[in-house]
Amino acid sequence: MAGKINLEIDAVLEKYPEPEESLIAVLQGVQDIYGYISKDAVEYITEKTNIPSSRIMGVASFYAGFRLKPVGKYRIMVCMGTACHVNGSERIGDTVKRQLGIEAGDVTEDGLFSWEEVACLGCCSISPAMMINDTAYGMLTQEKVIEIIDSIKKGEGK
Amino acid sequence: MRFLLGYGSCGIASGANSVLEGLSECFFGTEFTVEKVGCNGLCFAEPIVEVICDDGESVLYGRLNKQSAVKLAESAKTGKLMQENRLSDDELRFLQGQKRIVLSGCGKVDPESLDSYIENGGYKALERALSMGSDKIIEEIKISGLRGRGGAGFPTHIKWQAAKNSQSDEKYIVCNADEGDPGAFMDRAVLEGDPHRVLEGMMISGIAIGAHMGVIYVRAEYPLAVKRLKKAIGELREKGLLGDNILNSGFSFDFNIMMGAGAFVCGEETALLASLSGNRGMPVTKPPFPAQKGFRKQPTNINNVETFANVSWIIENGGEAFASMGTEGSKGTKVFALAGRVKRGGLVEVPMGLTINDIVFGICGGIKDDAKVKAVQMGGPSGGCIPENMLDTVIDYENIARTGAIMGSGGMIVMDEKTCMVDMAKFFMDFTSKESCGKCVPCRIGTTRMLEILERIANGKGEESDIDTLVELGESIKTGALCGLGNSAPNPVLTTIKYFRNEYEAHIKEKCCPAKKCTALIRYSIVKDLCKGCSLCSRKCPVEAISGQIKSPYEIDAEKCVRCGQCIATCRFNAIKIISGEAKE
Repeated sequence: MAGKINLEIDAVLEKYPEPEESLIAVLQGVQDIYGYISKDAVEYITEKTNIPSSRIMGVASFYAGFRLKPVGKYRIMVCMGTACHVNGSERIGDTVKRQLGIEAGDVTEDGLFSWEEVACLGCCSISPAMMINDTAYGMLTQEKVIEIIDSIKKGEGK
Repeated sequence: MRFLLGYGSCGIASGANSVLEGLSECFFGTEFTVEKVGCNGLCFAEPIVEVICDDGESVLYGRLNKQSAVKLAESAKTGKLMQENRLSDDELRFLQGQKRIVLSGCGKVDPESLDSYIENGGYKALERALSMGSDKIIEEIKISGLRGRGGAGFPTHIKWQAAKNSQSDEKYIVCNADEGDPGAFMDRAVLEGDPHRVLEGMMISGIAIGAHMGVIYVRAEYPLAVKRLKKAIGELREKGLLGDNILNSGFSFDFNIMMGAGAFVCGEETALLASLSGNRGMPVTKPPFPAQKGFRKQPTNINNVETFANVSWIIENGGEAFASMGTEGSKGTKVFALAGRVKRGGLVEVPMGLTINDIVFGICGGIKDDAKVKAVQMGGPSGGCIPENMLDTVIDYENIARTGAIMGSGGMIVMDEKTCMVDMAKFFMDFTSKESCGKCVPCRIGTTRMLEILERIANGKGEESDIDTLVELGESIKTGALCGLGNSAPNPVLTTIKYFRNEYEAHIKEKCCPAKKCTALIRYSIVKDLCKGCSLCSRKCPVEAISGQIKSPYEIDAEKCVRCGQCIATCRFNAIKIISGEAKE
C-alpha cells in the first residue's frame, strides 16, 4: 500500500491534529469506515503519522472494541453481562451460533452476518439482550432470536 | 394533556418506536403531541407512557404496543383515559419510597432539549456556583458528605480540594462514563435521559478546581448516550453557555467527548488517563494522583457520572439537605440497578440506609415467579454475593464491605434457587481474567489459575483441595495486585465460598450441581408416566436429540443433547426433568 493515497483515512487523520494522543479516536474512525482495523490501514497510519505500527497494534489489540477481522453487514452482539447470564444468555449465544452456522468472531459466507459475545450492553432490565448494529433487542428467547435473524434474512432476499 | 414516552435504549428495545407510531398517527391533526423522554427507571414495564393530565395528575401506562397505544390515544381524544395497561397500585409501589436526585430528570425532561432542562430548573445551580466561587462550592460538597459513586466511595470534596490546591493554568475535569460493570446501567440512563445534569455537575466542578475543559470518557457501546451528549453540548455552545466568559462571569469552559474502546480496567483512574492519551489502558502506581498529574500531565479531577449528577442538587439545596439523608458515613441517595431474577427490574434511587430486603421486596416486588431468593450480588466483578439470611444488611459503604461484597456502582443482581454459585463465581472470574490488563503477575496469572480451578469444579473434575487453593490464591491476589481490578477480582469467589461452601462441595464430592445449571453435571430426562407422546419437544429440539413414536413416551439421547432447555420450555405436561448427581440420588 506504500505510496498509495487513501482519502478516507486521510479524512479521519485530518480531524485529529495530534494523532498520537487521539490514536483511539483515529482507530475508531477507521473502523467506522471499514468495519475493522486492517493491516493495510495500520501501515497507512504509520506512514502518515510516524506512529510505530507496533504501538498501533498494541492499542488495537488491547481494547475489546477494536476488531482485527472484518464483520458482517449485520453485526450481532450477544450480551454476556451478569443479568443476561442469570437469565440464560449462553443459550442465546448458542442459538445465534446454530442459526448462522459460524463461530463467534466469524462472518457468514455471504458477508451478511457476524456475531460475537460482548460485555454488558447496559440493557440488564430487559435481559437476555443482544444488539444488531445500533439496535438493541431484549427479553430474548431462542424462538425470538430465530425470528429476528429470519426477518433480516427475508429483508435481504435470502 | 402531555404524553411522555420513555425513549431510552431499553424503551426502544422493548418497542417504544411502535408505540410512538401508534400515538403519532392518532394525534395527527390534534393538539396532542408525544414528548420523548429518557428512561424513568420502570424498566420492567417498558414501553411506558406517562400521561400528565391538565390538572397535574399523572397516569402511567406500561407494556404498550402499537394497538394499545392507538387505543390510549383514542381514549385521550375523548377526554376519558382508558383503564387498560395502567400500572397497578402494587406496581406503582416501585416509585414510592424512592427519593430521586440523580434520576429526578429521567423520564421528565426531554434529553434532546436544553430548554426542557432549563424549564425544569436546570443550570440554576451553575449560576449560583458562579457567584459562590471555588471555596464555598467545595465547602458545600464537604458538608454534603458526597462520596464517589463509581465504586470506591472516596470523599468527593477531598479530590476537588487536592485538584484545586495543585498549581497550574491548565486543569481538567474528567467524567468517567465508561460504565463497564456488568449489571449496572444507571449511568447509561442518566446520560441518555438527562445529559445536562451531568454536564452541569462537571462545569460546577470546573469552577471549584479552576479547570476550563471537561472530558467525557463514554462507552462506545452506548451510542444513544453519545448522541445525546453531543447534542447537549452543541446546544450549550449555541446558547452561549459554553466557551469563553460564560454568563459574563469570567469563567470559561468547554467539553470534549471521547469514546471508550471497551476495557473494564479503564474504570481505574490511571488506566482511564492512559486511555485518554491514546495508550493501552494500563494502570500505574499512585502517587502521583490525578489531582497532581493527570490528563496531559496536568491536575485533573475524575468523577463518575452519578457523582457529577448529584452536584447541581447539592449546590441548589445545600449540603445539609443532602447530608440529612443516609447513614453516619454514607450520605444522600444512591441509585441501584435491579436486574436478574427480580420481579420488577429497573432503577431505584433511595436514601442510603435502607436494607437490601427493602429494595428487593419492598420496592421491586420480590422474585420472579415468586421463587425463593438465594442471594443478591452487589458490586459486579469486584463485589460479592450476599446470601438470603443477610439481606437485612443496611446499605452503606461500610456495611456492604463487611459482607465481603462492595457497594460498587450499585448493580444488584438478584438470584434465585436456579442460580448456581459456582457458575456465578466462574462467570465473574472469566470476566476479570479477560479484562485483566496483564501488567502485574498476581492479577494476570492469578485470575487465570482461579478460573481454571473453577472450570474444573464445574466440569465435575474438582478435587477436595481446590476450595482451599482458591481461598489461598484469592487472598494473595487481593494483596499483591497493582490496582483495584486485581485487588477485588477474587471477591465473587471468596464470598461464594464463604456463604455457599456446600455448593462447591456438592460439585466436587457428589459431582452434583444443586441448582442444576452446570451442563457437565446435569442430564435431561423424560418422565415416562407424564409424557403423552405429543412430539412437540422432538420437533423443537435444535440437535434432534429427542426421538420416539407418537402417543408413546419419547426419549432423550444424552450424547446428542446440548442441554439448551428448549424442550422443557415447550413441554405442556411437565414431563421433562433435569437430573444432577445421580450417584447420590
